[in-house]
Amino acid sequence: MARYDSLLDACGGTPLVGLPRLSPTAPEGAPPVRLWAKLEDRNPTGSIKDRAALFMVRAAEAAGKLRPGDTILEPTSGNTGISLAMVAKLRGYRLVCVMPENVSTERVQLLRMYGAEIIFSPAAGGSNQAVATAKQIATEHPDWVMLFQYGNEANARAHYETTGPELLHDLPTITHFVAGLGTTGTLMGTGRYLREKVEGIQIVAAEPRYGELVYGLRNIDEGYVPELYDATVLNRRFSVGTRDAVLRTRQLVEVEGLFVGFSTGAVLHAALAVAHEAVRDGRRADVAFVVSDGGWKYLSTGAYGGTLADAEDALEGQLWA
Amino acid sequence: MAIEVRIPTILRSYTGGAKVVEGSGDTLSDLLADLDSRHAGLRARLVTEAGVLHRFVNVYVNDEDVRFLGALDAKLSDGDSVTILPAVAGGAFGFAAAAAIAQHGAAAAAIAHTTAERRTPVTAS
Repeated sequence: MARYDSLLDACGGTPLVGLPRLSPTAPEGAPPVRLWAKLEDRNPTGSIKDRAALFMVRAAEAAGKLRPGDTILEPTSGNTGISLAMVAKLRGYRLVCVMPENVSTERVQLLRMYGAEIIFSPAAGGSNQAVATAKQIATEHPDWVMLFQYGNEANARAHYETTGPELLHDLPTITHFVAGLGTTGTLMGTGRYLREKVEGIQIVAAEPRYGELVYGLRNIDEGYVPELYDATVLNRRFSVGTRDAVLRTRQLVEVEGLFVGFSTGAVLHAALAVAHEAVRDGRRADVAFVVSDGGWKYLSTGAYGGTLADAEDALEGQLWA
Repeated sequence: MAIEVRIPTILRSYTGGAKVVEGSGDTLSDLLADLDSRHAGLRARLVTEAGVLHRFVNVYVNDEDVRFLGALDAKLSDGDSVTILPAVAGGAFGFAAAAAIAQHGAAAAAIAHTTAERRTPVTAS
């Protein structure tokens, strides 16, 4: 057991647990292929975003951009907002989150409980409406500080300095690292660190492929790639649909007793793909993947029960990762 | 057998509204040329004049990003499934948030410049 001076000091240092039942079985005499889960839901607010939030706030403080009493404005659909709300509370800032209406009610309740103020952008207006809302707020309050997780190097650095070293310490034989691709901070930071230390390491991204409603009529010319993203850090990138993500999420709790959010199901799907390839090729593999959060915040979606088709319907139009 | 290609909503004007079309080709480049012969204009929305995939387009072969499989030279086989999607980061909202912040950046930089002088140095609290 460990003891910390405050909750902020308890960020990171999460357990890495083996998944012997979900790991594919290698034929007798062949080298073992093992899956390992990095339990980021064990962070102070229950997600991997605590690491990035803490590093981004500390970096802004060190740069003189953030002073006690300041207001942080962050457009976020969930976990980053919850992490920032906790850090803001403990460090003496006000947090305003801009988020779309179509996120789960648990996230909204959690944000309010942690003291964040929420401004909703209408789900019906799609991303264009969200852009308009955020733009308007930013114009009205130019003194509010945006940490901008998509382009904030402290987001990736959090993982370079903590997640990466923790993984290497706990699993020196690591051959693959698999994580979700959103802001790209986890993969860029952890990936860079592991590439420097482990010869031949494979860095694998899993990105959510939502239902059609979410993509809507998004114009291809107005796409967005986060400033943090550097494709040379990755070896492979998988797109995982809602059905596969739900299937794997259920498998994790049924087979290994791990209750996770749907983004982790998507990550497991990619991790299993590379693990099965290793078995087929007769190669040894220690595949570590990130459990970015637990399933608690997604229970109200109803997608943990019923058939896979029901779950897919329940998540249509939802940002499940 | 052919290669099944999933078309995003925004590009269905080129496929007569079809969500899924079929095509053939040994590489992604060949496939797109084949599709363009029946759905004129589609290829130009995906490939730039310089002959590379558009930055904001993601193409997946059997759920894997083609940029890591040789991009337009990615090898295809009959029965493969190709998915075309607009690039979306951090959930659909990430895209929206980032676009908004890009706009905010210039204004924020100007403000930071003027407030830096008024502010005293930050001390640890």
